[in-house]
Amino acid sequence: MAQRLLVLVGTRKGAFVLEPSADRATFTTRGPFCNGWPIQHMTLDPKDGALLAAGGSPWYGQAVWRSEDLGATWTHSSEGLTYGEEGPAMRAVWHVTPANGALYAGVEPAGLFRSDDGGQTWQHVKGLTDHPSRSTWAPGNGGLILHTILPHPDDPQRMWVAISAVGCFATEDGGATWEARNHGVRTDFLPGPTPETGQCVHKMALATGDPERLYQQNHCGTYRSDDAGRTWTCLDEGLPSTFGFPLVTSPVDGDTFFTVPLNGDDRGRFMPDARMAVWRTTDRGATWHDLRNGLPQQGAYLGVLRDAMARDTLDPFGLYVGTSAGQLFASADEGESWRLALDFLPPISSVEAVLVDA
Amino acid sequence: MAAVAMTVVVLPRSLAALFPGMPHRLTLERGPETVGEVIAALDARWPGVRDRLCEAGPALRPFINVYVDGEPGTFATPVPGGSTVHVLPAVAGG
Repeated sequence: MAQRLLVLVGTRKGAFVLEPSADRATFTTRGPFCNGWPIQHMTLDPKDGALLAAGGSPWYGQAVWRSEDLGATWTHSSEGLTYGEEGPAMRAVWHVTPANGALYAGVEPAGLFRSDDGGQTWQHVKGLTDHPSRSTWAPGNGGLILHTILPHPDDPQRMWVAISAVGCFATEDGGATWEARNHGVRTDFLPGPTPETGQCVHKMALATGDPERLYQQNHCGTYRSDDAGRTWTCLDEGLPSTFGFPLVTSPVDGDTFFTVPLNGDDRGRFMPDARMAVWRTTDRGATWHDLRNGLPQQGAYLGVLRDAMARDTLDPFGLYVGTSAGQLFASADEGESWRLALDFLPPISSVEAVLVDA
Repeated sequence: MAAVAMTVVVLPRSLAALFPGMPHRLTLERGPETVGEVIAALDARWPGVRDRLCEAGPALRPFINVYVDGEPGTFATPVPGGSTVHVLPAVAGG
């Protein structure tokens, strides 16, 4: 069946659904949806083609929104999204990811929940919260948030998650038990030797075609792991800073991924020299190349948040970068050239590109 | 037969917008005795309302204010027959 591309944009003031033209040069925009709630992440449920939006209202709390008509109408639920009377109050859902026929949600304060009914009801994946390090978990500037969920592409028992500012965890028994995997990741903001947890991971991604290899953008550097996260190698040489938020992999080449370095955690967190660039490596982080063609090269005091970069799976694949100032930049040629696709959106929290049935 | 003292409930328009068919203002005929029971009655008609207004505990969410006949209330505040209950979102957001 023919498919069409949608670009899902979560913002501080609602969800938007963008549909590119065939050449991905112009976009039609629908929204804002979800009643103007802050939306941290959006995705597609491949089981039934529903759109999902994760967020939290300052008044009405955490919820996963669902649309079965590509955004025209939405419902919301948070049934089961709670730590109960004894646990901390939940504030927001930060990420939602389909895996193994179910949905997984990462929430604030950090925890993992699973839904087997399309997001109507949720169950706590308690094994992660029961990790012995839980009492030491501390928030980063964005809160104590579980923001990345990476299911193994073949083995339903295996999954990785990332929590700020705690680090990477992996399960190999379907979520019953979890292991911290942060060896080699710096914690420049802590004294003494690097701890087992306490790393400020900003984003992680699996290398395409090699589920033992992960890439990580951290508060303190960019990293690669070739052993499923057990040890990490720093890839900072050649990058303009050690600080950034998003990281996106190529859909066709496991050695290629993209980051958006910002000028530093204590220097304003905007584009180095106010010149916007997406940085690409094609050799697993050994060397880096800046992609600037079409991106603003002066006065670009822009930030890009952890989920605000995405790629599609067309050939050649497209890249999409949303800024904290509400611009969406798009490339239809794997990052070689860019154009401003949309301006004046609310601050962008997330971007995802999905294919739906035409 | 004595008339049943109805409870008037005034809801935020932003809450009503989340639940199809929910009015901004309604009356509850069988008198709920506490704010928590008012919310339970709403949840019975529009499942999910409780999650929007309350945290586990249960307790009202931090930026949800409830007034019973003009006086600030909590989840456990009594609601005498004939009362008016206002549910209001606090000043928050940006």
